[in-house]
Amino acid sequence: MSMAVAEQQEQNPLVEGLERLPVPPTALVIFGATGDLAHRKLLPALYNLAHEGALPERFKLIGVARREKGHDNFRDECRTSICEYSRRTPDDQVLDGLLGHVQYVASNFDDPDGYARLAKALDKLDQETGQPLNRAYYLSTAPEFFPVIIEQLKAAGLHRHKQADVRCVIEKPFGTDLQTARRLQKVVDSVFRERQVFRIDHYLGKETVQNVMAFRFANMMFEPVWNRNYIDHIQITGAEDIGIGTRAGYYDQAGALRDLVQNHMLQLVALTCMEPPATFEADQVRDEKVKVLTAIRPPSPDETVRAQYTAGTVGGEEAKGYLQEEGVPAGSHTETYAALALEVHNWRWAGVPIFLRTGKRLARKVTEIAVQFKPVPHLAFQSEGSVGVQPNQLILTVQPNEGVSISLGAKIPGSKMRIRPVNMEFLYGSAFMSQSPEAYERLILDAMRGDATLFTRNDEVDAQWTIIDPILQRWHATDGNGLPTYEAGTAGPAEADELLGARTWRAL
Amino acid sequence: MSEDVWSARDTSPSAIEAALRTLLSRRYQEDRTFVPARVMNLVVIVERGFRGEVENRLARVGRYHPSRLVIVAVEEGRTQLDAWATVAAEDAVHKPGHIAVGRERVEVDVGTQLLGSLDTIVDPLLVSDLTTMVWAPHGHQEGVDALRRLTNIVLIDTQDEPEPRLAFERAADLARSAYVVDLAWLRSTPWRERVAATFDPPAMRGALDSIDKVVVRHREDSTAAGVLFCGWLSTRLGWRPEALAHRGTALAGHARARRGEVALELRPEPMGSPGLGGVTITTASGDSVSLDRGPGGLRAVRHARDGEEQSWTVMGASRGEAGILGEGVRQALLRDPTYKPALEAGRVLVS
Repeated sequence: MSMAVAEQQEQNPLVEGLERLPVPPTALVIFGATGDLAHRKLLPALYNLAHEGALPERFKLIGVARREKGHDNFRDECRTSICEYSRRTPDDQVLDGLLGHVQYVASNFDDPDGYARLAKALDKLDQETGQPLNRAYYLSTAPEFFPVIIEQLKAAGLHRHKQADVRCVIEKPFGTDLQTARRLQKVVDSVFRERQVFRIDHYLGKETVQNVMAFRFANMMFEPVWNRNYIDHIQITGAEDIGIGTRAGYYDQAGALRDLVQNHMLQLVALTCMEPPATFEADQVRDEKVKVLTAIRPPSPDETVRAQYTAGTVGGEEAKGYLQEEGVPAGSHTETYAALALEVHNWRWAGVPIFLRTGKRLARKVTEIAVQFKPVPHLAFQSEGSVGVQPNQLILTVQPNEGVSISLGAKIPGSKMRIRPVNMEFLYGSAFMSQSPEAYERLILDAMRGDATLFTRNDEVDAQWTIIDPILQRWHATDGNGLPTYEAGTAGPAEADELLGARTWRAL
Repeated sequence: MSEDVWSARDTSPSAIEAALRTLLSRRYQEDRTFVPARVMNLVVIVERGFRGEVENRLARVGRYHPSRLVIVAVEEGRTQLDAWATVAAEDAVHKPGHIAVGRERVEVDVGTQLLGSLDTIVDPLLVSDLTTMVWAPHGHQEGVDALRRLTNIVLIDTQDEPEPRLAFERAADLARSAYVVDLAWLRSTPWRERVAATFDPPAMRGALDSIDKVVVRHREDSTAAGVLFCGWLSTRLGWRPEALAHRGTALAGHARARRGEVALELRPEPMGSPGLGGVTITTASGDSVSLDRGPGGLRAVRHARDGEEQSWTVMGASRGEAGILGEGVRQALLRDPTYKPALEAGRVLVS
């Protein structure tokens, strides 16, 4: 239970036992409200929260974007997006009700007049509802506008309110390297207190990512062996079978390392390796994650691999190479695959390599954490005529086949004592009845309630960039040396195999 | 959806269990993507003539459908045990990451004379180590009692019993040996959530101590939901409830709070779907908050003592009766610590 929830239960005796806890009256302001993220994810998430009765009793939404349009035009666009992308068919009456609380403010993000209009609109909403509404500013714009918007909010006096909480939700990426992240943080620090800031890493909103903590800290049987004495190595994979689609503009600037490793995959490392927090209060969880991240040294050149996909076959269909994708500049050195070998230098994990790999256009889509245990110290069984005793593996699958599997050695039926590995599996789809909400539903609600457990704190982001920044600089300096390649539809470049030495990657 | 079926007349529980194992094994061999759902066992005891109606209700539950469904169809005068078993799954999609979640359904036709020893028939048909929930929408208390040693959860609807006092007594008795999920309680959930939200802003929390009147509007057959709601308020706010008395068609009475008496009133009103239709909570200062069913959610109205009025809609889609049953099945694997105290307070209110 987070501190926010505990406090709420202490002060309001009616909330005990309720699944949906009350959310304070809130005006949510989405900057970049006409963008892709808002229309595909945020608006459908808001609709689903409204459908379930989970939005605050008094809720208002203001969309801010550059394009000139009226409230009704914006509402129509919201309706279209919700109908197209919502995980459930919208109920007309609820949708009408939600859209009735939607307004639009057209403004360039650096235009002080726009913020004055926003301030006026917010004040008017306070008057209409008869109480000051909490403000939640959701920055869903291109990242270069984050500091601009934050500074303008301050200039307009919108960053604080005497009678209401003001929160700022910042989408990823938080910086494009260590320097820019620190520069952005400086701006954030000059306007908001850390408790007002909610940095989104939507992976943390996924049920299966949260289950990593549940799995580790709710089961007595794993924690005693969760250390260097029993674990040989860990592999974390974030593989995609798709290419870059229409995102060439973004992806060619970012690359695989920034896109997935710096944020999502390092968060998975932190969750896998952290010590048990005393409580699930936001800062206690984040303190433990930071300890892990700061115990990782940036990998040396021979501990990193980057590559780019060439034309190949994916799922029986021909796939273009990265350089042939629409919008990719000729001769681009952007990596579409990255693999790293890391180590957490602390008592628990010293000597246990942690291998990360991610890539586009790989053989299949899978995100998983594979924990490979050490072999048994003595083999009493025959290996002839069978695969023999294999070290145990524990696989936490984040997507698409969400669950946990453990490989165990079992006797092959017959007269001989021969062993082969078998799997013991838990699958979310077969063990839970409820449909998981989209990550954004949980995150928006948590931000409005002020619960930061599933958001990354400033020092986490800084520690993540501290690991990644030297790699980026080194890769940038050696861009002219040519980039390893891998054929689309394969498991990645041969160079990545060398990273593991005598070990091998799990089959995708 | 594809389905494997087995049936037999004049059979035995061990034969049915063996048939289920064979069906499952065959499924595994035919389809490597097959994964049997292992959420819970749901045992439903029904009048044989009305089993179709109950199955229709379960079908509408959709994604909350439990994994192994054992339908015990009871028929007066029946002397032999007939059974049908099916193992069904979504058609396989042979792509990485896809699974075909299977569901098992067993129907056993029994005579009324077997209700007292129903556990000996049902026990072999349950998946070991899974939670078992029992639901008897047509009564059959003898059968439910016979299954007590196998039962983790009992799904009931205290609204089904015209006399709330008897319904609550039965619920309290069942709650001694199992976790009780009461559909009447679940019908009051959105109201409890909304009342909790209304008094959640720090400026409003103080008003909880000065509530002096609660009026609950409910459908005529949903007194139980109204009483449970008042029981919930009483236990959460530390009131001592007293027995309600009939006042015309309404039930009215008091609970004792630290500051004084709180008037309670339950008013039946004509409305389409079962459950609550509205709640009005008034404080000693004369302020009041009302919540009533409306399009797209609940219509909230706040009256201030000075005559000022504010109204708004609290958004939320109606779950409908299928949604309530689905919620009942889902709630089986959760634990609500507030039901039993509310039930005990409810028993006092209708004593």
